Formats: sequence, C-alpha cells, structure tokens
Amino acid sequence: MGKKVLLIEDEPNIIEAVSFILSRDGWEVKTHANGHDAMDAVRRRAPDLLILDVMLPGKSGYDILSEIREDADFATLPVLMLTARGQTRDREMAERAGASRYMTKPFSNADVLDAVRALAGT
Amino acid sequence: MPERFMIGTRIRERRVHAGIRQIDLAQRVGISPSYLNLIEHNRRRIGGKTLLQLAAALDVEPSLLSEGAAATLVSGLREAAGDADEATPERDRAEEFAERFPGWAGLLTEIHRRNQEMERTIETLTDRLAHDPFLADSLHEVISAVTAIRSTSSILVETEELEPEWTARFHRNINEDSARLTEGAQALVKYLEGAPNRDAEVQSPQDEMHAVLAARGFHFAELEREAAGPRAVARLVHDEAERGLSGPAQTLLNAVLTRYLEDARALPLGPFLAARRTLGPHPARLAKATGAGLARVFRRLAAMPEAESGPVGLVICDASGTLIFRKPIEGFAMPRLAGACALWPLYQAMSQPFAPLRRRVRQAGRGGEVIEALAVAVPEGTGGFDRPAPVRAHMLLLPDPGAAHGAAEEIGVSCRICPLATCAARREPSILAEGF
Repeated sequence: MGKKVLLIEDEPNIIEAVSFILSRDGWEVKTHANGHDAMDAVRRRAPDLLILDVMLPGKSGYDILSEIREDADFATLPVLMLTARGQTRDREMAERAGASRYMTKPFSNADVLDAVRALAGT
Repeated sequence: MPERFMIGTRIRERRVHAGIRQIDLAQRVGISPSYLNLIEHNRRRIGGKTLLQLAAALDVEPSLLSEGAAATLVSGLREAAGDADEATPERDRAEEFAERFPGWAGLLTEIHRRNQEMERTIETLTDRLAHDPFLADSLHEVISAVTAIRSTSSILVETEELEPEWTARFHRNINEDSARLTEGAQALVKYLEGAPNRDAEVQSPQDEMHAVLAARGFHFAELEREAAGPRAVARLVHDEAERGLSGPAQTLLNAVLTRYLEDARALPLGPFLAARRTLGPHPARLAKATGAGLARVFRRLAAMPEAESGPVGLVICDASGTLIFRKPIEGFAMPRLAGACALWPLYQAMSQPFAPLRRRVRQAGRGGEVIEALAVAVPEGTGGFDRPAPVRAHMLLLPDPGAAHGAAEEIGVSCRICPLATCAARREPSILAEGF
C-alpha cells in the first residue's frame, strides 16, 4: 500500500481526475468535499500529505490550514494548496497560513504529480 | 439645470463657506428657514429685494449670486481647492484668479471635474471587481470547469491502455464540465456587457428594487391613501413584475412596500407633513409629537415628496452591516456592493441599540459637503427567548445644519477608495492611498 494522500476539494470532476492520476502513481487517495468538518477528516485519515482547495463550502482552506498547523500531530504535514486565484496576495496568505506549496488552477496533471512527489520526498 | 436656476446653489455654497446656519441667514433677511431651504435647492426662483438682502447678508456682490459663469467658475475653483491635499492654493484669491485668467480657471475646474468623474468610475469598477459576489462566483465556476476539463482531457490523451469504463466516465465528465463552462462564460459576458456605465448597472435584486424606488422618488402616493391596504402593495409589485422586475427583486420590493404601508398607516401623510412644517425636520420632536419610534419617523421623512421636505437621504443596515436600503442625498456617496466605512454613525448606533446619535460628517476625498447624520438602531419585529429580534440601524441624512452643531467628522465611503492615510477602522488598503 502506498502513502496516503487526502484531497479536500468540492468539485466532483476535479476530485475524480486528481484521484485517478495519483492512484495510478501509487498513492492511496482519500477525498473529502467540504470545509466545515475538514479538520475531522484530517484527524481521521491521518494522511502523509494533504491537497487542500482554498474555496470550500463551510470554511476556507486558509482557516482549515491554520487549524492544522495548530495541531501538534499535523504541524509538519506537507500541504499543497489549490486555488483559483493567483495573485501575490493569495500566495502570501497561503504561505502565512502554513502551506508547503501553492498551485493555481487550472493546473496540469504533471505539475500536480511533480509537486506531490517533491513534498513526499519520493 | 439652466444657469438662472442655479442661484440657490450659489447661495448655499456661499452660506456654507461663510459658516452661517440656514436658520440664521433666514432670520437676517426676514424669510422663513423652510423658504430659504427651497431657494437653496433651486425650488423657488429668486430675484429683486430678497436677492439683494441675501447678497448683503452673505457679504458678496449680488452679481456673484445671479451671474452664472463667473460665480460658477469661482465655485469650481473653491471646490478644487477644498479637495487639494498637499497644494496650498490661495483660496481667498479665487475670484481674482477667475477674473484675470478665466481660461486657466476654466481649465483647472474642468480637470477637477474630470478627476471626480474618474474617481466615481474607479469606485464602480473597484466595487465590481473586488467585492461583487456574482463576479467572484462566476469566475470560480469557470475556473473550476476549466481545471476539470484540462485534467480529465490530459488523462484521456496521456494514459495508455485506459479501461473502457474509465474512458466513458471521463468523456461524460468532460461533457458535463464543458456545459458548465458554457453557462458560466455566457453569464460572465452578459454581466460584463453592462459595465462601466453607472446608469446601466441594474444587476442584483437589491439594485433592481432600488431602481424602482428611485424612479418613484421613494414616494408612493398609492400607499398614502386612507383606504390603501396589502392589495395596493400587491398591485404595485405586479405592475413592476409586468415591466420585467425579477422574482427576487419582487420579494424585496414587496417587503419594503409593506413596511412603507405600515409606516403610512401609523403616520398618515397629511398630519405628518403638518407636524413637519410646524416642528421642522427634527426626528426627535416629530417622534415625541406623534408617539412613533425614531426609525419609523426616519423612514417617513425619507418617504415625503422632496418638494415638501427638501432633500432627505436614508441608509438602513442589518446586523451584519450590509446596506439593505439606500436613499441617496447629494454630497454623500454610498457603496453599492462593498462594505461601507466603519466610521459611519450608522455602525456606531448599531453598537448601542436605542441610543440615538447625531453627527456632522464629511466624506474625505469628495466634494467637501457637510451632511447631518442622525442614527438609531432598533430591533425589527418581535423576538423570543430563543431567537431575539434582529436589530437594524437607520441613518437619516439631512443638509448641513451649520457649524454651530459641532465640528464635522471626517469619514469615508468604503476603504478601497478612501484617501484617509491613517484610520483605525481601515480593513483593507486603499487604491487611492497606494497612488494608483
């Protein structure tokens, strides 16, 4: 069984596409589609890496990431943030919240795979 | 407006510039304050003895009030000087400058006018781009659909020996996402085609509802009749629906007109106007005389025909601070979409329900006009132990009562277009402060 990645994203077809490419790359992919109980999903799944969308129903990705970083168990969890915005301000917000890496939509599958592999050190 | 009708505006500018209260000037020339108010808002023509008396009381040549071009030029120069931040123009020599260099003075006032127009355009566009929830949602929808299509199509092209069931699934996903993309793109194009003409901005249900109210001058004679009831409201809403008012806007209009009807029943037009003539535009006195609450008196004052009551503005916000009712008044800008300035007395009132506030305010970076703002926050409807009634704040806006009512406080319109460099209430940087 490969390493576990948790994908928190609310668009079903993006979930399906990203899950497919990561599964084919050997990852065990779990998904979650809303923001308000995202932290529970992180604790329950205990992933090796998290892919986190910014604009989620219920709670923003920035707020979720702040909660993750306050939890000692996940303070060093590699997190790749996905957002529809690409302005400097948004990148800075992601960094301040504790993102390991930041990727702007629309992205290429190759870039997602490269980022995930780099964050996992594989 | 023809030049001969602008005498009142010049009288008002001169009076405000001299720091004289309307009531004091009226007394000096032996006319009633309400008549002077009508003159100042160009609702009564003036000439002869009254004009000479007003000119004498304001210590200006009568021609400066009656002759449009030169006086307008001087007025324009004063306005430009009033908006100057760092430059220190010789304000007291504006008339001399206009007389000696009318061409340059005209150019300067024209540049200032265009600058103000550009500021308004920036305000509109900034509202639209930075705060418009419709635009943000539409863009998010389009980008999400593009992301899904790109990722899925890459899988189809790049994956060797893809199982037929996966191929079918991804084809279906691309089909769904391309339909979403089409809808999103069409919605965006339809939305953006209206920009940036301010007159063509009717977009949200709130905008539609306010456009109906503005077209009627915020006064509905049909609801002022003694026999008027809910059917009259329904007829008005139905008529607007026939003209194309959207369903959500009909709901908003129905709520506003129902409240209007309740207010009109509680404070009928005739007796209320009579009380207003006797007591003046003083909500506290009117509330005491009629037994009505201040918020209702505010709404009734704002619903009077302008010819009777003079200019009256009104803003209402809910507990979230969102402006849910906007009746504009000249000299006080109200943001359409962005959050308003936190320094508005409207929000101070929200923090102290039932405690009325009165302030003289001036919006920074605009024409420099001082406005009287009276605000109060009260619960709307009946609450219970489990769910208290929601509080709404009302802010009535009236022409400046004069410097005797205290110093004018500097406030803004909304942070994005506010030039105040240091403000404890600022929640985001200003594009003006950044020197766009």
